[in-house]
Amino acid sequence: MKHIFIIGATSAIARACARLWAAEGVVFFLVGRHTERLEQVAADLVVRGAAAHTLSMDITDIDSLPAVIHTGLETLGHIDLAFIAHGTLPDQKACEINLDLALREFTNNAVSTIALLTLLANKMEEQGFGVLAVITSVAGERGRQSNYLYGSAKGSVSIFCEGLRGRLFKAGVHLVDIRPGFVATPMTNGLVLPRLLISQPEMVANRIVTGIRKKKEILYAPVFWGFVMLIIRVIPECLWKRIKL
Amino acid sequence: MIQNNLLSWGNYPFFPQVSHRCFWRDALIEKLSTLHLEVGSTLPFGNGRSYGDSCLAASGHVISLKALDRFISADWKSGRIVAEAGIMLDQILRIAIPHGWFLTVTPGTKFTTLGGAIANDVHGKNHHIQGTFGRHVKRLSLLRSEQGRLTCSPEENSELFCATIGGLGLTGIIEWADIQLTPIRSSRINCTLERFNSLSDFFTLAKELDKKHEFGVAWVDCIAKGKNIGRGVYMAGDFAQDDYLQIKKIHRPINIPITPPISLINGFSLRAFNGIYWHRQPKHRKFQQVCFESFFFPLDRILNWNRIYGCKGFSQYQCLIPEKHAETAIQQLLNTIAKSGSGSFLAVLKRFGNLSSPGWLSFPGPGTTLTLDFPRNTSLLPHLFNRLDTIVREAGGRHYPAKDTHVSGEDFRRCFPAWKKIEALRDPALKSRFWDRVTS
Repeated sequence: MKHIFIIGATSAIARACARLWAAEGVVFFLVGRHTERLEQVAADLVVRGAAAHTLSMDITDIDSLPAVIHTGLETLGHIDLAFIAHGTLPDQKACEINLDLALREFTNNAVSTIALLTLLANKMEEQGFGVLAVITSVAGERGRQSNYLYGSAKGSVSIFCEGLRGRLFKAGVHLVDIRPGFVATPMTNGLVLPRLLISQPEMVANRIVTGIRKKKEILYAPVFWGFVMLIIRVIPECLWKRIKL
Repeated sequence: MIQNNLLSWGNYPFFPQVSHRCFWRDALIEKLSTLHLEVGSTLPFGNGRSYGDSCLAASGHVISLKALDRFISADWKSGRIVAEAGIMLDQILRIAIPHGWFLTVTPGTKFTTLGGAIANDVHGKNHHIQGTFGRHVKRLSLLRSEQGRLTCSPEENSELFCATIGGLGLTGIIEWADIQLTPIRSSRINCTLERFNSLSDFFTLAKELDKKHEFGVAWVDCIAKGKNIGRGVYMAGDFAQDDYLQIKKIHRPINIPITPPISLINGFSLRAFNGIYWHRQPKHRKFQQVCFESFFFPLDRILNWNRIYGCKGFSQYQCLIPEKHAETAIQQLLNTIAKSGSGSFLAVLKRFGNLSSPGWLSFPGPGTTLTLDFPRNTSLLPHLFNRLDTIVREAGGRHYPAKDTHVSGEDFRRCFPAWKKIEALRDPALKSRFWDRVTS
């Protein structure tokens, strides 16, 4: 039976993945901000065949993270999969003029994730097995005028993962960097996005669950984003700065 | 992601809805209040499997409840489950079947939400044994703009309970419902198929087979003329007892990816298909075992099948003819339809039973129901519908609001006198195009 630790368990993608895992009969430790919603997620997963424990906390409270991980590990016994799925989509324009907001958003999307990765990596390295999976974004591959605060946060996590992956590989722990494109979730609700590029959380979850099982290193969801980013990455900077993306 | 193109299943009438998605129960009241203030009224929207304008908000703004699709609790000993209203019946079945339970009543598609099934008080192939969906709802939580959250059941807020079942989403937003499932020993159906040559043969067969089997329905060739009028195939079934509770792996469904500019269903294709289909059916009674999906939801294998009818969409015509006049009136209906040269592959005939529903606006009653689709590719359709309505009116019949696009306010109000009670309990923040049309 798999023991799965999820941070950001009320996020749409995490919920969709958890439903797929629940069908296999797993034990979850679910961490999120909103107590009532976390319990609703847990109740749903229990009906679907899993066991679930919950803990609500604010992920930007970095000081309490060690205690959260400790509680999770105690409850589960061991961690087969640690899935980091929390995040917010900052208002880029607002962050440009409000430094506090910008730093808060960066903390939420990058600093807290790096803190979690650091703490979880140490525990799992001790364990000697397991998978660490973290949701970053295609936005992290190249800074775009329209969302570079978000992009840089996700990008910094991706680079952190690159290094960490090598270290953990030697300990028998696998690290997956999941890079979704546009997904129809509460986070993107209200945005005007190109219809053909939008994916549903269920479809992204299928890809994630399969990719984790196959031990992919970098997982684009859906897969076509891998090809899109290949092209995006090679555009010369003198041209890139002129594109309004 | 802003979505502003939601339509009903028939793609007619063409009033695309702006969808305001709600992801959590605690966010519902705010969404309802905001829309009430900003656009006057709204309507809860599930998966849009109603065919006409009963799921379209008068304001053009709906609250999408699809994401409210969580289970809340399940007791696999008693078969009672509680789930959010946006959960699809398909999801409920996937989880319940391996535990030995099935939805007591299922409509023709499993891609309808729990809320939608309640709001339309759907019926299935076993109406003569189990009645409508509403009979198996124990409690529900209703969110109303002025009163907040109310638990409704036959014992508590009972008037609202009766108004909400079949109440087309007008009494409030159904947040969750507590329903009773039925125990099964198998996910497979033992099926009896028999071809019949005329309408009176259908009634004879139905009377015989409905007594012996839980499920019964007939496909009828609506385009056949002369001596072939009313020919079709009767399908009766019961759950097998072979302890096979698996769900077969889903074969990749066929998808209709785009809407063709014209309907692929026309006089020629209809005659060709129906002729071939009927001739392929066994001349003598045949027994076979099929999976529940093939028996209950054959059309669900084709995703977006409604697109086959083209850009102009289609109207589904479903009426109930009371027992006394059933054979005569349905014969007249079929004659009129055959002469028109229009219709659909799948015309369905079903005898309803006597079990009453708690819902005030419930459609089924003792008698026979005829259902078929008409592509909206002809200006002669209103004229045809008028003639069909006259036959239905004279026979004391009525139409199914969940499918309706055309019924007159006068006919509706006469056939559903309880409409006044629904209007009295209607939430001031909720209104559909259908309700506007039939009550003004």
